[in-house]
Amino acid sequence: MISPLEARYYRQRMPLLWWTRRRSYATFMLRELSSVFVALFVVELLLLVRAVADGPAAYEGFLDAMANPAVIVVNVVALAFVLLHAVTFANLTPRAMVVRIRGRRVPPRAILAGVYLGWLVVTAFLAWLVVG
Amino acid sequence: MSELITLRVARYRPDEQDPEYALADYDVPLRSDWAVLDGLNYIKDELDGSLSYRWSCRMGICGSCGMMINGDPKLTCATFLTDLAPGPVRIEPLANFPVIRDLVVDLTDFMHKLGRVKPWLIRDEEKPVDDGEYLQTPAQLGDFKQFSMCINCMLCYAACPVYGLDGSFVGPAAIALAHRYNLDSRDEGDHERLTILAQPDGVWDCTFVGECSAACPKGVDPAGAIQQAKLAAAQDVVTSLLLPWRSR
Amino acid sequence: MSASHDVVIVGAGGAGLRAAIAVTETDPHLSVAVVSKVYPMRSHTVSAEGGAAGAIRADDSLDEHAYDTISGGDWLCDQDAVEAFVAEAPRELLRLEHWGCPWSREPDGHVAVRAFGGMQKKRTWFAADKTGFHLLHTLFQTSLKYPNITRYDEWYATRLLVDDGRVCGVVAIELMSGMIETITGRSVVIATGGGGRVFPFTTNAAIKTGDGMALAYRAGAPLKDMEFVQYHPTGLPFTGILITEAARSEGGWLLNKDGYRYLQDYDLGKPEPGPVLRSMELGPRDRLSQAFVHEAEKRRTIDSPYGPVVHLDLRHLGEKIIDAKLPMVRELCREYERIDPVHELVPVRPVVHYMMGGIHTDVDGATGLPGLYAAGETACVSINGANRLGSNSLPECLVFGARAGRAAARYAADAAPPSPAVEAQGDDERRRLDDDLLHRGGGSDRISTIRRQMQAVLEDAAGIYRDGDSLTKATDKLRELKERAATATIDDTSHRFNTERVAGLELTGMLELAECIVHSALRREESRGAHQRTDFVERDDKRFLAHSLAHRENDGSPRISHLPVTITRWPPGKRVYGR
Repeated sequence: MISPLEARYYRQRMPLLWWTRRRSYATFMLRELSSVFVALFVVELLLLVRAVADGPAAYEGFLDAMANPAVIVVNVVALAFVLLHAVTFANLTPRAMVVRIRGRRVPPRAILAGVYLGWLVVTAFLAWLVVG
Repeated sequence: MSELITLRVARYRPDEQDPEYALADYDVPLRSDWAVLDGLNYIKDELDGSLSYRWSCRMGICGSCGMMINGDPKLTCATFLTDLAPGPVRIEPLANFPVIRDLVVDLTDFMHKLGRVKPWLIRDEEKPVDDGEYLQTPAQLGDFKQFSMCINCMLCYAACPVYGLDGSFVGPAAIALAHRYNLDSRDEGDHERLTILAQPDGVWDCTFVGECSAACPKGVDPAGAIQQAKLAAAQDVVTSLLLPWRSR
Repeated sequence: MSASHDVVIVGAGGAGLRAAIAVTETDPHLSVAVVSKVYPMRSHTVSAEGGAAGAIRADDSLDEHAYDTISGGDWLCDQDAVEAFVAEAPRELLRLEHWGCPWSREPDGHVAVRAFGGMQKKRTWFAADKTGFHLLHTLFQTSLKYPNITRYDEWYATRLLVDDGRVCGVVAIELMSGMIETITGRSVVIATGGGGRVFPFTTNAAIKTGDGMALAYRAGAPLKDMEFVQYHPTGLPFTGILITEAARSEGGWLLNKDGYRYLQDYDLGKPEPGPVLRSMELGPRDRLSQAFVHEAEKRRTIDSPYGPVVHLDLRHLGEKIIDAKLPMVRELCREYERIDPVHELVPVRPVVHYMMGGIHTDVDGATGLPGLYAAGETACVSINGANRLGSNSLPECLVFGARAGRAAARYAADAAPPSPAVEAQGDDERRRLDDDLLHRGGGSDRISTIRRQMQAVLEDAAGIYRDGDSLTKATDKLRELKERAATATIDDTSHRFNTERVAGLELTGMLELAECIVHSALRREESRGAHQRTDFVERDDKRFLAHSLAHRENDGSPRISHLPVTITRWPPGKRVYGR
């Protein structure tokens, strides 16, 4: 009974640039895009590891490549995106996790504070490893 | 001379030879306590009786009157003309659904999906009614209460770009409802429902845009429900792999 | 083309869905059709707020619930039906709990109950202040479990099919396509709710147009006690949105323009700071609405752009209680009045809310027509008599929805399938409807004009206080409106989702109901419960301890007769509140 009528439905197509319509959609796309830059950092890390494994000459070559102004610019942009990725990911945590301690629900702010604190601790430890 | 406001309303007449989707302007009185719905009723009663749209309770509980108002999914009974003045106010059918006529969309897909997630209490053994109620503390009720508030208005489906791009996604309201039952202390159907939700077009289609929760007029937070369901589904898969005898 | 099932249920609200589940649980082999002009979650059950009564506390008893109901109904209730009702109500509510309904709880996990108007004990179960919403969604979601329930969502039933004196299905329009089909069954249950939209100011949703009552009436089933229309004391001005009685059972006060709790002047008790059962603001709805009218006459109400109002004071309850027990009330006040009840007074006035009257049925939902059953607000058993107590309506839907479902299932199991001759009735109806749509005869009225005029007639003649003169004039005016409605213009002659066509059909049904209300009110020469006559101010048990029955004559007008009330254990007495 339905099919012949469906042909008369009006179906609005989603435009290719659907994500430009709302700010929240655009922010979402940026967030998704940031994964690419996370991947970029992972690739650079792998290249670093390979350079170290290949010996001092390869390592120096790697550092020179990284010192190239264009590469620095790309990495600064990538850092911004990775920070965006980390912050948006962290902010989503309380929505996804409902934590209960002794029957009472831990408020979202506390969970968020916990996440950022954890991030700070890990960063401090890595900084100490690298610098100290 | 009372003030008027222009409502720019979508018209689509499938009974015509070559139906065309277009916006038509109607001037309605700008009364201080009128919702957009009152404006639509004025059009139908006084100006053009052929305008079709759904409405019923006009108090934001039946979920009938969801439409796009200036591009945002809203309940027309809970959106007020004075907040949209001076206009014109664009009123279009709910996005991401096929349009049957004017402001009326086809809901069969949603109704089908609602049924798919088994939104009823599942128990291994039913207690006889004469034995009284299943005990449930206020705290246990509080666990799922928020997710039980969904009025099935589908504003979340209209807001969800995943549903818009891929109509097979089971969708925010359906997942939130499944999650409501999973969290209900009286229910024992977690595994069954999570198996369904873990299928393609289930929870993993969601990329946490979060617009569904922004659009929800009842504070259900379907986005939160979906992420929680993702965690639960992942845990369920692990549990059934490691401890298969515990699956029901 | 036609669809055939065993039981056809018209209406998918609390009573309709409960009946569907009852049929399928009685006999899983029966095929059930649920025909509703809206999706089931939109049914008006969804907006019920306050709660559902069932006597479960140790200090309560079925007899007390029965007495409260019978005295609340001013002794017009059929006591055998009330006894059955109060006995089954707790079980039905427990069954809902087993199906997942999120009833509010005591700290120990048991279901919580609260006080409600006209009840001497706390027995009203509640799910915050969205009881109807949770109840309906639980029923709807549970109904999805049963594969032999077939739903016809957004199908508008226009006529009952009658084969050899037996009701065996409906003719209905599929809104989406405009196609008109027969849906046959071996029995039919009508559960389409009340018809508050015949009045201009009502808590009722747009869909409450009494369609099922009109269907039964036209097929020859009488409508009972139509003159008893309940005004709920606290509706928001302009919208008519309901502010639940629970606001008063949690301790809210009704104040006039001097900030005075005026109910103490109307034999409803003395004001205490907290709520007292069966006293003051917890009195029965008819008495509270009548008190408002008197206050307005004494000019002690507050003037608003929408007429006189009084104030509902919830401020002393505090934010915590309001957010826990009355969150929807707060939401509604903020949205629709831009007022926060935690800090401000809420303007309210009596508003049409419920019809005690409806299709005459027995205690199993059977009407006078073989094969036809009815339940819920659309039916009149009668357990509500001349005035319904708050929180009796939701369990009424469940108890009688279940009974009607079971009875319809038993009837269908033994009945022969309808003869092929009913197809001809379907064709006739299709022709009539198409004719009506396309050849209306070009009158000058719009549907909305006639509807507004009908509502004005009812408001004037059949309000909280009535008199013979206004009622007589109203009967003439309604006859005239019926004629004009037949030729009112319809802009929309298309088929797909033609809501104007449905509005026109609803209007003809409403006009029939309006006539029944006015004629029944005219013939009841006494004052009882919600029916108050300024020309007959006393209750007259000698002549009128009886129900009004309205049968449809061939010329379309109602013929009123009377049917004695069934009295079992509670002889008629005085209604006493506050003492």
